[in-house]
Parts: sequence; structure tokens; C-alpha cells
Amino acid sequence: MTFKLTASALAIAAVSATSAAARDNVQVAGSSTVLPYASIVAEAFGENTDFPTPVVESGGSSAGLKRFCEGVGENTIDVANASRKIKDKEIKACAENGVTDIIEVRIGYDGIVFASQQNGPAYTAFTPSDMFNALAPKVVVDGALVDNPYTQWSEFNADLPAADIMAFIPGTKHGTREVFEEKVIAAGCEATGAMQAMIDGGMSHDDAEDACLAVRTDGRAVDIDGDYTETLARIEANPNGIGVFGLAFFENNQDKLKVATMDGVMPSTESIATGEYPVSRPLFFYVKKAHIGVVPGLKEYASFFVADELAGPEGPLAAYGLVSDPELAKIQAVVSDEVTMGGGM
Amino acid sequence: MTDATNNPPRHKTSLHTVDARTKRRNASEARFKMYGMTAILIGLAFLAILAVSIIRAGTPAFTRTVFDMELTLTQAEFEAAEKQLMKTKAYQAVFIDQLSAKLTEQNVQVAFDGKAIDRLLGKIGGDLRAHYRANPGDLGKPVQFTLPASSRVDGYFNGKVTRDTLVDSRFLEVSDLDLVDALHEAGIIHSAFNWTFITAADSSVDNPGGAGIGASVVGSFFMMIVVLGLSLPIGVAASIYLEEFAPKNRFTDLIEVNIANLAAVPSIVFGILGLAVFIQFMHLPNSAPLVGGLVLTLMTLPTIIISTRAALKAVPPSIRDAALGVGASKMQAVFHHVLPLAMPGILTGTIIGLAQALGETAPLLLIGMVGFVAREYPDGLAEGFLNANSAMPAQIYTWAARADSAFYDKAWGGIIILLIFLLTMNIIAILLRRRFERRW
Repeated sequence: MTFKLTASALAIAAVSATSAAARDNVQVAGSSTVLPYASIVAEAFGENTDFPTPVVESGGSSAGLKRFCEGVGENTIDVANASRKIKDKEIKACAENGVTDIIEVRIGYDGIVFASQQNGPAYTAFTPSDMFNALAPKVVVDGALVDNPYTQWSEFNADLPAADIMAFIPGTKHGTREVFEEKVIAAGCEATGAMQAMIDGGMSHDDAEDACLAVRTDGRAVDIDGDYTETLARIEANPNGIGVFGLAFFENNQDKLKVATMDGVMPSTESIATGEYPVSRPLFFYVKKAHIGVVPGLKEYASFFVADELAGPEGPLAAYGLVSDPELAKIQAVVSDEVTMGGGM
Repeated sequence: MTDATNNPPRHKTSLHTVDARTKRRNASEARFKMYGMTAILIGLAFLAILAVSIIRAGTPAFTRTVFDMELTLTQAEFEAAEKQLMKTKAYQAVFIDQLSAKLTEQNVQVAFDGKAIDRLLGKIGGDLRAHYRANPGDLGKPVQFTLPASSRVDGYFNGKVTRDTLVDSRFLEVSDLDLVDALHEAGIIHSAFNWTFITAADSSVDNPGGAGIGASVVGSFFMMIVVLGLSLPIGVAASIYLEEFAPKNRFTDLIEVNIANLAAVPSIVFGILGLAVFIQFMHLPNSAPLVGGLVLTLMTLPTIIISTRAALKAVPPSIRDAALGVGASKMQAVFHHVLPLAMPGILTGTIIGLAQALGETAPLLLIGMVGFVAREYPDGLAEGFLNANSAMPAQIYTWAARADSAFYDKAWGGIIILLIFLLTMNIIAILLRRRFERRW
């Protein structure tokens, strides 16, 4: 009897779920890089306004944007967090499902740093060329493109320690990987002349650019598909290891990690804000305009996120490690005027 | 003849002296026993290592460093704070001002400023605001507050942060530790049992002091109700039919094989199924314990069916025959005689299936229960099933991925709580079996 009762109660609950769809909280999903910032904002939003705390799920930029583009309606998410710009392909997929008016909001910048164990070898200064020489499958030695022969950092740059090359880099599902490839590996590819050597070897320019992004597969470059905590665990177990971290993560773990400069610039919120530190990227969130006015608190959440008190240089996001956007006022205007991508109002 | 007399050694065995062959057999038995003991010892050693490391890593989560201070908030300060966008920050500022004043009054010999105190404090504005909004009568009166310190101060108290390893940063500076010591001496900061960890909901990444597993325990609870409410009746009905009524033919064989296969399907597959069917097709809400429960029901069903069928099989046929013999219908025989006798086995199987479901994370990843989700306690039953919530293992996973190592301790603390639940469930299963099981 009791079983029957529970079962029927559940059935009723299931049915009412679909009818009682008037969702009263904002739903957000996407990048795990943006998640910490979004969770800070969501908590503050719940504490400082009369709206319920938004739900922020993780899962990665691509997965978040995919769900964002599934359509318009109560059962789809309102905001997608992304650690990269939305792609044309994704905008098209969105449009096919009726998601046409998208507001793009840039919340600030995130630095990507190279860090190693506190008591490991003295990895203190890198250039993109060093990273390319250490991690590419083919490098230029004496003017010729050969399979990467290097096993120690000192073999190609006498200033670096004589320690085995071991790098823990973000896996391909991470938005961070793209930035790492673009700003470090590709830059190193050009600087060392490997790209020119590939083109001279008969490759087209585009193919050479793609080939530049490859990473050696002999076990010296390890893809980390998990979070930075996994990279940290690998670094702690591996004195020679170099790991790729977000600036905020590094700053939270300075007692365990030491950071290296890139092109002679020390990563910090200041050097990233001025653009001196080369490896950084903007962070975004995307808002479905069709949901504004339908889902209570959505517009308020978006403008709360980019308010000076939160995303500004003195706000809690900067305190956690976000590099605040110098053009924050412009972003605030975009949100308040609900300017969609492509310029529509 | 001579041969026969020369043969004796074989026959001359004695019960007092052991011959070589027996010795060998005894030795091999002793060796085998030793192997067995070693295997058990290795197993126990691993268990002990696991238990010790979990307890050692998890205990910091159960204490926290708190500020104990009397605060007087005036009506004017309240109104000024309520006008701001970041109201909580204004409340925090009032607290810092009054603490500074108190320190100056007590003539503390350490240099400090508001920023240093801010670094030592956790995020307390939310608690203060919630208190004064709920109790407007407290405005203008002194109220005793116990509020969390920052995670670094926590680390200093449990030995994770030391003067040698601390690197000056905007989170904490070495000189701040002098202030911590002074505040500790003055009795303003001290360690206390962390009830927040057990009762509160999840907090944001910069607020480890406010994080708790309570809301996700509730989420897990609602999921388990769904799993129990659906998988027990469905599983028992299916097994009774298959075991007692179904004809034995190719088709039922096929069903049987498939149930066994289903039990071995990796749980992430059920997560994808749940996303596609329950959320995208049936439009049930994201991150809802109802959906989580439905997904875990699919996962638990085969376990329950298999154990129920085993329990039904264990009831001797003589009982069925006797019932049928005195004129009971087949259904009466099953429901009046076989099922009650099989019940302990069924319950044991169900509880073990539930315990397995309770610890499952993988399917929950796909239906949106990982992230910053377990934020509020549900009001009432319907909300409990439908409002976004997390579950214990998903919460642990979320915490383990956060940058601040205080959350890492919380993840271990969460594991302790999860293990307590699992142990309790397994003990109940054992007790039920002991109490009701009958052997024939």
C-alpha cells in the first residue's frame, strides 16, 4: 500500500513538474574557469537581493554553449559561461533552435601561468620559444626541422635548469588549451623558425599553422583533462614538472607553487590588465535575451555581475584573481541596453 | 617372498611419528592458511591506511576558527547599508570598524588596519544581513555574533599555514599572523566545532567558512526516496513475475540475460540516458533530485531484481506446494507465504542497492547536479523533489576541484559524512538479515 502511495505521489510530482514550470531562479552553465567567479556573484546576488540564488553548473565552455543553444524556454538555461568567444558555428546552431538574440558580456581577463613545485628546479623564466622547443613534436635544430631530440630544458636554453622536461598542460576539452596553443606554442613556433621551415618544406601556410599547434606524444607533455587541482597533485608528485594554471588558482596556492615569468614579465593582475603579460584571455557570459522579463532576476543578475562593486578592481572577483576589464563601463552599458550580438537592440 | 618381507617401510606408519608425505600435506595446508591470512592482513592494512588518511584529512573540516564578538548595529547604519548594491560588504565594514575600535580600546600592541582585519575575516556580511533582516528588534542593541574567520586563519590554527611557508599575498600577510595571535589572546578568535559544515548549504569559492554539506544531504535524501519508492515496487513486482509466474521460454531467458547485463552497465550511461529522456524529452527540471532519483532508479533496478529473485529462489518449494495443496491460489501462495519469507533478503538487497546509488556521482554530472547548485534548503516536499539541489558525492567532487585548499579539507570531511551514511545503511542491512533471515 505504502509503495503504491509513494509511487503515485511521485507520478503526481513528475506531472506537476512540467506544468509548474514557472522557474523562479536563473540557471547558468558552462566553463569551469568562469564557475568560481559566477559562484561568487551568484552567492552575493542571493544575499544582496530578494531573488533566489542562481544555479551555476560546470561542465566546460562548449558543453555550456551547446545547452544554451538548445532553444528558448523554461527548460533551457538562461546564461552560458565561456572562457572563449562563442564560435560562428555555435551562433548558427543557436539560430537554428530559435536562440537568435544573444547578449555577449565580457567580465574580465584571466591569466594563464606556468608554475612548478616550490622546491623543484629553478624554472623562473620562460619564453614561448622555450615552451615550443620543449613540447613540440618537431623542432628546428641547426636550421633543419627534426623530431624533437630534447630531454632536458638546458639542452636548448642554457639559462634553464638541467632538469627533465615534464609538462602538465590542459587537455583539449578545456578552453585554456586553446589559449595555451595560440599564445605560447604558436608564438614559439614562429619565433624559433619552425613555421618558416614547415612552409619551406612544402606545407601551405594554413597547414603549417595547424601543424605548429601539435604537442609531442612521447609522454613528456601530459594532457590534464581534470581541474587545476589535478595538475597541482601531479606537480606535487613530480619535482621536475611544470604545470599550466589559471592566475587565480596559482594565487590561492602560492605556498605550494612558484611561478615563472613569460618573456620576462611576471604574471599579475596588473601586468595582465596592461597587456604586458602575453598569455591571457577574456572571459565571457552569454545571456538569452528572450528570457529577460520571463525568468525573474535574469537581467538583474547580469547587471549585478558587471557592476563596479563586483567586477571592478576593488570587488570580490578581482580579490579572487579576475583581472577586471578596463572597459567595464562599456560592458555595463551593453547589459543595461540589452545590446545583442550583431549590434541589435 | 623375500620381496614381500623387504617392503615394510610403507606399512610401518605410526600414529605417533608423521611420515614425509603427511608432513608435506600438512605443510602445504599451513602455507595455504598463511597465504589466506596474508591476503586478509593486506586487505585490512589497506583499509586501515584508507580509514586513517580519510579521518586525518577530514577532521579539519569539522572545526573552524571563529570571531566571537558583540556588535551593535544602529538603525542609521542598517539603512545606509541597505541602500548599497553590495549590502553585505557594508555590514562587513561595520563589523571591521567596531573590531578596530575594540582593539584600540584594549590597547593591543600589534599594528593593524581595517584591511588586515578584512583579510582575517571570512565572508560574514551575508550572515549579518540575514540576522538583522530577520530580527529588526536587535538594531541598536549589542548582539553576540560568532562568525567565521578566513580559510588562511583556519589553516594557521590547524597547522597548514605556518610563518615559514606563508607567502605574502592579498589573502594574508605574514605580519597579519601577529594580529591573529593577539586576537587569540584577547579571546576574540578561537577554534570551535564547525556546525555550519554539517547544517549549511554550499558557499561560493571565496567563502569556505560558510560551506556546509547539509543541503546536499537533503538532496541525496530526496533522491533516495525516489529510488526507494520506484525501484522497490517495480523491482519486486518484476522479480515475482519472472520467478513465480512467467513461463520459462526463450523470451524470458532473453529478459534474464538483459537484466544481468543491465546490472553491469557503467553508471555514466544512465546519466546520458537521463539527460536525453527526462530533461530533454520529458522536460523535467535541470538539477532536480527527482531526475537524479529517476536516473539512479534505472541503475538500482537490476541490482534489486537480481537480489529479490535470489531471495525468492531460496524459499523452499515445499512451502509453495503446501500452500497450493491446501487450496491457496498461486497468488495467495506467493503473497501470503513466499514473499514474507523472502522479505529479509529483498530488503538487504534493496539497502545495498540504495547505498550504491547514494555514492554515485557519474550520472549526476550529466543532469546538472555538479557546480554551485546546493545553495538553499527546499521549503516543503514538492520543492525538495523539483528545486535544483546537489547530492553528497557531487558536492564532494565540486569541493575537491576548488582552488582554496580549505575546500579540499571539506571534501574529505564530506567523505566522512558520506561513509557514515553508507555504514549505517549497511549495518541496517546486516541487522535485518540477522534478525529475520531463516534457513532451511
